[in-house]
Amino acid sequence: MAGSVRRALGWRTATVVDSIAETATARSLGLDVAAWSGHAAGQHVDIRLTAEDGYQATRSYSVSSGPGEAPQITVERVDDGEVSPYLVDVAEKGDTFEVRGPIGGYFVWEPAAQPLVLIAGGSGIAPLRAMWRAGTLRAPITVVYSARDVDRLIFRDELDSDATLAVRVHLTREQRPGFRSGRVGIDDLNEVIDARVAPAIYVCGPTSFVESVSRHLLTLDVDRRTIRTERFG
Amino acid sequence: MVTRGFTGRARSASDAVPPGQYVTADFPVLTAGPTIAIEPEEWELTIGDGATSKTYDWDDLHGLPMVTITTDIHCVTHWSKRDTTWEGVSISTLFDDAGVDDLPFALVSSYGGYTTNLPVADLVDRDAMIAVRFDGGEIAAEHGGPARLLVPHLYLWKSAKWVRDIRLSDDEQQGFWETAGYHNYGDPWREQRYYSD
Repeated sequence: MAGSVRRALGWRTATVVDSIAETATARSLGLDVAAWSGHAAGQHVDIRLTAEDGYQATRSYSVSSGPGEAPQITVERVDDGEVSPYLVDVAEKGDTFEVRGPIGGYFVWEPAAQPLVLIAGGSGIAPLRAMWRAGTLRAPITVVYSARDVDRLIFRDELDSDATLAVRVHLTREQRPGFRSGRVGIDDLNEVIDARVAPAIYVCGPTSFVESVSRHLLTLDVDRRTIRTERFG
Repeated sequence: MVTRGFTGRARSASDAVPPGQYVTADFPVLTAGPTIAIEPEEWELTIGDGATSKTYDWDDLHGLPMVTITTDIHCVTHWSKRDTTWEGVSISTLFDDAGVDDLPFALVSSYGGYTTNLPVADLVDRDAMIAVRFDGGEIAAEHGGPARLLVPHLYLWKSAKWVRDIRLSDDEQQGFWETAGYHNYGDPWREQRYYSD
């Protein structure tokens, strides 16, 4: 399990060294963190912003870069949010804020030979990207990704070009050739889950998405212990 | 360290919540794994101290005196929800009824395999309860219904959903998140989020 050697989790300075507009509402920020200890795929960091008057706001964000890569977060702007609008719209290369982590020993993936099924809704794709970048060729990886429309797809080019991934993208508010339309249903999941080989399944997204997908998986008699979930909002 | 360009929200709303928390009107769901579906008719709760144990079904639990509390709740993922109202049976009532000894440590287990640990004093001396109603209605499955533990003065991962067993012991055994890097006690006012806090 990640973090088996435990050291104190103090706040450290992160400097923005890379900034990528993934969509109109999502941005990846590459961070330079002094003495970064490395992370496992699926872990998160806490980010703390401080205003001029000392007011602070803290939120958790998944790391979207693979283990061994420099830390990167991928953030979707929440319209009435406090931290995400800053990270998506304001932060620039050279800016600094505080970070703590990596954190988390449950929604993580360690290299293994069993097939991996990654199921994401919206910006829930972020920690799953860390997993497919950590994947080994021994472990077939399927990605099921649901977004409102094609303009909201994060990491679209990477998903298109990575031949080691079997990718199925659902668009819930748009019909377009090459994409599935509508929500991820039980039949869609049945096609990608082979119960005989007991895949490791990771589901991340908004609560309603994760609830729906995990209910479908249990209906398909998938062992609940093989399903790891992370919900937001 | 000031963050260039960050102003934050209006300050007044969050004065009364613990450090690092923000107030939300929503009720986010944080669960390790799929939601557990249990009907009240099949739900059971066992209280034991190693020598004495007693098992309650839904009707047994409702035969005990109910209390209602209104309290703020605090999740380690930084959200707090103000003025939530819960109805249930206080843990001290339950332990008295079960006739168990107040041994120092409790390990709480849920349907689905989740566990969490806490000192028994935090269960019997504060507002902890087995909650069966939230804000006037049944507790939804994704929020731990039909019955969950509620320990409002600690981070919410201590308030185990779908509670099925509370075992009292002389020895402390850590639970799911406590062994996965989170704090052993989890006091929001001291910001005890992770093991080294």
